[in-house]
Amino acid sequence: MSELLQFLFSGVTVGAVYALVALGFTIIYNASDVVNFAQGEFVMLGGMITWFAHAAGLPLPLAALIAIAATAALGVAMNKLAIEPARGAPVVSLIIITIGASIFIQGAAQLVFDKQIHSFPAFSGDDPIRIGGATILPQSLWVIGGALATFVGLWVFFTRTLLGRAVLATSNNRLAAQLVGINTNFVMTLSFALSAGIGALAGVLATPITLTSYGVGIGFALKGFAGAMLGGMGNPKGALVGGFAIGLIEAMTAGYLSSQYKDAAAFIMILLVLFFMPQGLFGRKSTDRV
Amino acid sequence: MLTIEGLRSRYGRIEVLHGIDLRVDSGEIVTVVGANGAGKTTLLRCLSGVQPVTGGAITFRGETLTPVPAYRRLRRGLAHSPEGRQIFTNLSVEENLRLGAFLFSDARVEKDMDDAFQMFPVLKQKRNLAAGGLSGGQQQMLAMARALMGRPSCLLLDEPSMGLAPIIVAQIFDVVSGLKALGVTVLLVEQNAFGALKIADRGYVMETGCITMQGDASELIADPRIRAAYLGI
Ligand SMILES: Nc1ncnc2c1ncn2[C@@H]1O[C@H](COP(=O)(O)OP(=O)(O)O)[C@@H](O)[C@H]1O
Ligand SMILES: [Mg+2]
Repeated sequence: MSELLQFLFSGVTVGAVYALVALGFTIIYNASDVVNFAQGEFVMLGGMITWFAHAAGLPLPLAALIAIAATAALGVAMNKLAIEPARGAPVVSLIIITIGASIFIQGAAQLVFDKQIHSFPAFSGDDPIRIGGATILPQSLWVIGGALATFVGLWVFFTRTLLGRAVLATSNNRLAAQLVGINTNFVMTLSFALSAGIGALAGVLATPITLTSYGVGIGFALKGFAGAMLGGMGNPKGALVGGFAIGLIEAMTAGYLSSQYKDAAAFIMILLVLFFMPQGLFGRKSTDRV
Repeated sequence: MLTIEGLRSRYGRIEVLHGIDLRVDSGEIVTVVGANGAGKTTLLRCLSGVQPVTGGAITFRGETLTPVPAYRRLRRGLAHSPEGRQIFTNLSVEENLRLGAFLFSDARVEKDMDDAFQMFPVLKQKRNLAAGGLSGGQQQMLAMARALMGRPSCLLLDEPSMGLAPIIVAQIFDVVSGLKALGVTVLLVEQNAFGALKIADRGYVMETGCITMQGDASELIADPRIRAAYLGI
């Protein structure tokens, strides 16, 4: 029983990270129909830049803020330099561009930083909290809280603010959005900034637990992608639920089968979803008349 | 109000507008009629800025429009109800209308929405439904109402009658002719030449990217060439 609870705790913790990555996928997908496989690199940069700035002597909160802001700026640059010029190209080409960007960012991180594994101190210490025979790290609570707060923040943004509605309108019909006066290029810029910032936040929150290095991005991207697919690509609620589900599946696989299979779990989920449920759990509702 | 001189536009290497001259005066309903593929939609897309212009000039209320990006043209008073309606299918009827008033956040938005519902009562019944579930005629009404929520001084209207039953077409043309009383100038593009010329003040005939005839709508409707080519009489 306490064993199951322990696996649950670790599943929810990584699941929260995957949920943040999946939310990042969702935002860019909705704004542009692009599945941005560089999403994982944003997580890596969040961790690496925070480590770098903190090691250089900055206080941790400031280092984290810088990492999030710098990564958001990089997301904007990626849109301007790689995605916007290819506007009108087939979506598959755009996706390949994001894979290229991902490889580029990884290489650049290896040069600018190094090839070592890094971390920085947990925000509220390392003393495990005991609950029902199992333990959870305070940092896990930060990660879970961060994912939930981000989800609520996005929900408020999309449903309660004019700018959020402009993003929804752009994702539904770009032409019509322009005609009602929405600057759709700005919406794209904003989506990349938001998505990259959320990815970086995931890196900031997770690194004290998962550690970081230049190469961790691809794993996060695949797990987050699995979560977004499982929940239904394009649906924020689906991203949240899907991300947590992938984390739990992974933790249970590691706990009850073998930790060797834990990465396979996400891939198997991707395949199962593609075969049996391509719309995902909360598939984007399509009310279009054809 | 709107002056177009020598307007050219192309898709890739193929030019589809070969120098269009056209004028719309304040308070008029002007129609451009022509067969499918003549370039009517392209003309309106150039005017609202979603289609690049390769030559000529567009002047709207005394200002040149060519350098103004599409999303800023509604602020200048130019609204476009595009071909194919292009409503926000995933959003409700009411959200579509609110987005039509994206530029405004004052109390008049509510009043404008009431006016829109008065103009098209069926939209009021469906206000909370997803717009993608509306019938073709209702979608057309929504597209027009959404464009009017932007408080335009000039409305570009692309084939509002396309694919609709005659009774709905009559209702929509009634609304268009009523826009004059609301102070909205209209540039109406139509394949349904008879219906359009009946409510218009002036008309232009467009063939393969050129204006081939123009004049008062009543004259055009009586012209034997037009009657033979477009009215099927
Ligand atoms: N997206 C496009 N790409 C290439 N050619 C186009 C495109 N849209 C329209 N055309 C061509 O431009 C010409 C004018 O089309 P259009 O403006 O849609 O005419 P209309 O609205 O009068 O039917 C046609 O020959 C059409 O085939
Ligand atoms: Mg057309």
